Amino acid sequence: MLTTWPVLAAVSAGGVLGALARHAIATALPHPPGAFAWSILLVNVSGCLLIGVLMVLVVEVWTDRPLVRPFLGVGVLGGYTTFSTYAVEVHQAMAAGRPATALLYLAITPAAAVLAAWAGAALTGRAVRAFRRGDGG
Amino acid sequence: MTLLLVALGAAVGAPLRYLTDRLIRARHDSVFPWGTLAVNVAGSLLLGFVIGLPAGPALTALLGTGLCGALTTYSTFSYETLRLAQDGARFLAVVNVAVSLAAGLTAAMIGLLLAQIFTA
Repeated sequence: MLTTWPVLAAVSAGGVLGALARHAIATALPHPPGAFAWSILLVNVSGCLLIGVLMVLVVEVWTDRPLVRPFLGVGVLGGYTTFSTYAVEVHQAMAAGRPATALLYLAITPAAAVLAAWAGAALTGRAVRAFRRGDGG
Repeated sequence: MTLLLVALGAAVGAPLRYLTDRLIRARHDSVFPWGTLAVNVAGSLLLGFVIGLPAGPALTALLGTGLCGALTTYSTFSYETLRLAQDGARFLAVVNVAVSLAAGLTAAMIGLLLAQIFTA
């Protein structure tokens, strides 16, 4: 399949915005190495909630806007959330002699992330259908 | 300056994730999200190495927060897991989480160990 330059530019620009937002939150909510990484948990779970919202809007509402998903989904939310920091922070909590913190962070993140994506998609789907009914469509 | 380095790394990392995913999808016709797994494992390895050195603040901002942060993704990982579960592939959804966690953690550990060997 063909990858167009506008799509790559949208992904790249979105990735920059997302990464800067993640950096801002991580800087605003610092934690000592090995402590529970609340900032990255917050980033990842909120990003997953928003991908759930976005995917419903892309599939059901913005069907004629091909750059929305590359920019907001692949770019902004992909750049905002991070798997690598999550993986390294689990090791840092272990290395700091906090196995309970490491295990808790390891387990809570994916559970909360998938739940957030589901909630975002379910609530948005419901809102879209309610709006359409109210619209007389 | 830190913001510029984060932005620069992310400007490369995000399209690199997109292109890797496209390349893997084009070669492997599978419902399992191999592309996301590949970038998440590769990014975890590199970040482990960067943190393990430890690289200075500028290189950490560029390669760690920027490149690895944008190369890897939690939103796509969780959304693809949700799609597998909702499309009747619950077993694959569980496998995706288990394999991503195991491979990502192993890759990060190898990165950290490589950095120790490198600096010893």
